[in-house]
Amino acid sequence: MNEPQQTLWNYMSQQADKLLIQTLQHIGLTFISLSIATLVGLPLGILIARKESLSGPVLGVAGILQTIPSIALLGFMIPLLGIGIKPAIVALFLYALLPIIRNTYTGITGVDAHVKEAAVAVGLNRWQLLLQVELPLAMPVILAGIRTATVINVGVATLASYIAAGGLGEFIFGGISLNNTHMILTGAIPAALLALLFDFSLSRLQKLSVKKLRKIAVTAPLLFALLSLLYFVPNTAYGSKLTAGFTPEFMGRQDGNIGLEKIYGLKIHTVVINDAVMYKAAYEKQLDVISGYSTDGRLKAYNLVILKDDKGVFPPYYAAPIVRNESLIKFPDLEKTLNLLAGKIDDSVMTELNYQVDYLHRSPDKVAEAFLKSQGLWKEDRSKKTGVVRLGSKIFGEQYILASIYSQLIRGYTNYEVATKTGLGGTKICFDALVNDQIDFYPEYTGTGLLAILQPSRGTIDSLGGDKDKTFAYVKNAFKKSYGITWLDPIGFNNTYALMMRQAQANALAIKTISDLKQYLERK
Amino acid sequence: MIKIQEVSKSFGDRKAVDQLSLEIRAEENLILLGASGCGKTTMLKMINRLLTPDTGQIFINNKNIWDQSAVDLRRNMGYVLQNTGLFPHYSVAQNIAIVPHLLKWDKKRIEKRIDELLEKLHLSTRYRSMYPHELSGGQQQRVGLARALAAEPSILLMDEPFGALDNVTRAKIQEEFIALDELKRKTIIMVTHDVQEAFELGDQICLMDKGKVVQTGAPEDLLFRPSSPLVTDFLNEQRLQLEFKVIQLQALWKWLPPGSGPATTAALPSKTTLWRALAYFKYRGAEALQILDRERNELKAVQFEQLMAAFYQYKKNIVA
Repeated sequence: MNEPQQTLWNYMSQQADKLLIQTLQHIGLTFISLSIATLVGLPLGILIARKESLSGPVLGVAGILQTIPSIALLGFMIPLLGIGIKPAIVALFLYALLPIIRNTYTGITGVDAHVKEAAVAVGLNRWQLLLQVELPLAMPVILAGIRTATVINVGVATLASYIAAGGLGEFIFGGISLNNTHMILTGAIPAALLALLFDFSLSRLQKLSVKKLRKIAVTAPLLFALLSLLYFVPNTAYGSKLTAGFTPEFMGRQDGNIGLEKIYGLKIHTVVINDAVMYKAAYEKQLDVISGYSTDGRLKAYNLVILKDDKGVFPPYYAAPIVRNESLIKFPDLEKTLNLLAGKIDDSVMTELNYQVDYLHRSPDKVAEAFLKSQGLWKEDRSKKTGVVRLGSKIFGEQYILASIYSQLIRGYTNYEVATKTGLGGTKICFDALVNDQIDFYPEYTGTGLLAILQPSRGTIDSLGGDKDKTFAYVKNAFKKSYGITWLDPIGFNNTYALMMRQAQANALAIKTISDLKQYLERK
Repeated sequence: MIKIQEVSKSFGDRKAVDQLSLEIRAEENLILLGASGCGKTTMLKMINRLLTPDTGQIFINNKNIWDQSAVDLRRNMGYVLQNTGLFPHYSVAQNIAIVPHLLKWDKKRIEKRIDELLEKLHLSTRYRSMYPHELSGGQQQRVGLARALAAEPSILLMDEPFGALDNVTRAKIQEEFIALDELKRKTIIMVTHDVQEAFELGDQICLMDKGKVVQTGAPEDLLFRPSSPLVTDFLNEQRLQLEFKVIQLQALWKWLPPGSGPATTAALPSKTTLWRALAYFKYRGAEALQILDRERNELKAVQFEQLMAAFYQYKKNIVA
């Protein structure tokens, strides 16, 4: 028990600088949006307490905003506000709005009617009634609303890292992608502590008497403003002519940003962003350089171009079917049939196929059939069934397309039936299914086989030098020995990490390789 | 001083106040009396513009209340509610100071006025900094009254001011209310459904039913000169007690036997009510009472039976 705690502590102290920055950003994001939400929500709450007929529509709209999933809301924001702090603040603001409006309204309408009547009867005017009677008496309920909003915001602010607004989400989502528990906890523990701290402080405020609250009411806006400013303290990132947006996973990988810095010495102003919005942000000129996948369909959709990895930082991820040895014996026609596809799909063809599925939303089956017909490989289903081949795939578009192509090939060229088990999560689930005889084969990538499954020593990886053929030979050999699994011939394309830019900008700046990019950035 | 002219007010289809006209003279206690839902509270709230009449006019000192600002009108008019309506977040002193504060009195004057009112209403100065929820019901009601009186308004509106109190506390506060010098110079309109309270506190009683005035007059008028069977019915249940409370000994003068000798210090003034005199027989265990009429400079001495006989004579006389 002692050791993992020790290492978590070590990790946290290693990352102390980054942790501090992200925590400050997190607090800043929470309080900027909370301040705006209070400035807007409080008057709205007062208004609907006065004009009962407005309360239905206002609370209804605020309620609907609350139900929009946070990721979707952030997605809607990008075309309007781009990426970074603006959309994050707006999204957080919208989430904080409902509890503040609702509690202001409930608090004010809940003030004892006799007290209100007496206040009017002794001659208080509308403003005096509001400031001297209604707001002070509603204050505990209003504070409870602000408290709820604060806790919601601390939680939702983790998602700000999806759209390059920083915050503790960078650790959390990086950790999830890299399956690094220490990294997740390094973000999650401070976020939880922040939520508890703010919740506790506000709960103490709530219990104070009205008299003391009046004094605090003067200092609170100041405190909010100060906490909000924390967001802008940690601007230590170096500025540069271009802005890069990298996924949290890419930021933490040896064959990602760490490698770029080490091998190319690339120094570029970097923000952390989710891959779901990254491509679009590049297209909309919010970002100049992004870390994409080389066969992603959005490459084509958004007219992006891959920078050549001239120093070989990104290891090859060539796709090939991997099959259980027993299955090759059980289905003698299988190897021949699967190899029909060998070398048939290069990067640009795969990108095109992904584009049709991910972006144009065609079904993988239709896309697979059209592709096979264009290659003259398509054959009618033989429908003479002598045994069932079980085919797996991971849970993303490219794997679905490959699975469809393979099942159509098997049905057309052999007498076997195909049972597809698509959507088997990530690498681990798929590979375990294969090892445990739940499926017969699935398409895998050489880099994944090397780094995620075999995980050999650093020296072994370096000795392969990122070479496509050496890597393939190594994984093929090792899989056969360790798992009794055969790598068939590669399909042809390399779905690896890649840096990409907008075509027009890359042309204008004459940047073709990552080295070109570095030189451009260093030019004064 | 206050003139209400043909005022009507409806809530939806229900007529709460229907063509009501009423005049209240300066420094008079007028009681709006009636069963629940007769419109008495609605009428009261139209006087300080908490409610707006549908038709009709209200004048105070010949000035239409709708020609001045509601805020000014209310600051010159005390208001006491059954549930006190004290500000729970204000101390006793702050509650009392609300209207003087709104009228921008200087601090010293406000402090002096608070002390004065606390004393008059038999509240110890240690209550000054306490909050309403720390006080008993009776104390809260006293603070409510102090708040209404704070800025020395000439008019006081009271909506069932003693309705939420237990019998013992109510009797005590009513007694203080009668004795309070400051109130004698005020025009008071009080709403109540309690007949006894109306007869004890009112100079004039306005009996209301279904938003209309049934009869307005002095307590004796309602008892002995009812304008309709409705009035008789309303008072019947407690008639004997009310009569005892209304009739003063001087009204029975001619039926009382003359007394002899010099008046003792125990002699009752002739303005004492019959109710009080009967209480003397009961509590003092006296055989006979001396009654002194200072105006006529006459002395009477009566026994219990003689007093009751005189009462019956008086009643017979009135009915005849």
